[in-house]
Amino acid sequence: MTLTRRDSLVLGMGALTAGMFLPKIVHAATEDAIAAFTGGADMGEGGITLTAPEIAENGNTVPIEVSAPGAEAIVILATGNPTPGVATINFGPMAGEQFASTRIRLAGTQDVMAIARMSDGSFVQARQEVKVTIGGCGG
Amino acid sequence: MTKRTLFAGLLATGGVLVAGLAQAQDIINDELVINGDLNIVTQAPAADHLDYMSVVRSGWTFRSTETQAMQMDDFDNPGMLGVESAMSDFTTAMGADGESCASCHDGPESLSNVRATYPQWDEEHGEVQTVEMQVNECITERMGAEPWGYNSTEMINMSGLISWAGRGEIVDIAIDGPAQETWQMGKDLYYTRTGQLELSCANCHEDNYDNYIRADHLSMGMLTGFPTYRLKDARLVSVHSRFRGCIRDTRAETYAVGSPEFVALELYVMSRGNGLSVEGPAVRN
Amino acid sequence: MADNVRPRVRVPDSAAAGEVVSIKTLISHPMESGQRRDGDGNTIPRSIINRFVAAYNGETIIDVTMEPAISTNPYFEFQALIPESGTMTFTWYDDDGSVYEDAKDIAVG
Repeated sequence: MTLTRRDSLVLGMGALTAGMFLPKIVHAATEDAIAAFTGGADMGEGGITLTAPEIAENGNTVPIEVSAPGAEAIVILATGNPTPGVATINFGPMAGEQFASTRIRLAGTQDVMAIARMSDGSFVQARQEVKVTIGGCGG
Repeated sequence: MTKRTLFAGLLATGGVLVAGLAQAQDIINDELVINGDLNIVTQAPAADHLDYMSVVRSGWTFRSTETQAMQMDDFDNPGMLGVESAMSDFTTAMGADGESCASCHDGPESLSNVRATYPQWDEEHGEVQTVEMQVNECITERMGAEPWGYNSTEMINMSGLISWAGRGEIVDIAIDGPAQETWQMGKDLYYTRTGQLELSCANCHEDNYDNYIRADHLSMGMLTGFPTYRLKDARLVSVHSRFRGCIRDTRAETYAVGSPEFVALELYVMSRGNGLSVEGPAVRN
Repeated sequence: MADNVRPRVRVPDSAAAGEVVSIKTLISHPMESGQRRDGDGNTIPRSIINRFVAAYNGETIIDVTMEPAISTNPYFEFQALIPESGTMTFTWYDDDGSVYEDAKDIAVG
């Protein structure tokens, strides 16, 4: 295959266009998921801890922890996945702490987000970027 | 494609092994204690037959803190699901005579020396046998049942149970005597470059351990943790599947699972781990 | 029902009254995401566990809505309050309608 200058230009513009629109689509899905949980309320910082590896050795199984003392529920979102929802954890009266640890799938390097609904109806959020390595080695 | 892009491609291919990402871990965490009481030797002086290594290290020492943690407690280790499944197979009767593994073997614990000494020479059959071959010998010759597929889920799980039963035992593979010829064949395979990328096992796992190939932190390619639960596949993976994957990644046609070549290679690579503990089912990326 | 679904839970046998104890659960399940394709290019239909509930003496500890981004062999660790002796129950709900259950007793005293 021979690439002419014009072909390269067209390809380049295609990539640029995709680059301009793709993040918006992902972003919209995340925003919808946030709105579904918060009803559009403002989210504060602090009072919620999200623990995730800075670099995940494989995106198929990424251990994460969330903790938000006094929370009624915590939603976990993977903002760069095809669908951002991961889990919604509702805490009942027998929860000893508002804490949970699980293992999640991340389609690539992205921000993982946790939002807690506190007992007073307010919302707090935490985000962390997880770099997902694309391993070269099969098996 | 122009000559220039071809050249760039070749450069990139050659460059993967010496990627700028390479950062040797300054501090090696070699303290693996499973369930709080089972000490695993993850670093040991290299066996005499290893000409180019002074120390051998378990694949566990190359993994991230999170992956390491999953192997430190059997509850957190999803590979144990396979082991538990094999525990029920162990007492399940197969074949016409209604015999199970438990008819001859008191329990998996009685097989604790198996993983550390296999592959080994089988006098009766006049060949080197892997754990899988030995299991199928029991199934067909003792129980009179149909053999399991070499890489079937049942077989990988049973192999996992046998590793689990032998966890902590020090690997001691016999490489002399009648096994020597097969061992030499395995060694030759280890140092033979294969595929379009022209890579041998040694290029990655002896010359470049602790370096990165793309984003993969290369280990010494030890077999002491097999079958191993790979986060990538989310299931237990056998030694021969791993060999197949490595060789395929060199862009070569691979040998078949259970082939004489892979049996020889397993004997040789397992013997490179002499001195380390058995630690399967391990957890790897 | 997905094949060979096997729940595992780790719960202490005993606790002091009012103690907060750590609970771990792992269930074997492929968690087919609905995003993958088979060899012929057809989408493999989603088949996951979509909800997990842990309760103590009938009162909820956690109630989790799970999406396809939860890994194969779903794992959860959480903290439970143990005011008195009783039974902890665990329930997983599969997309296909199957329900998997486990239960453990805890003695206080």
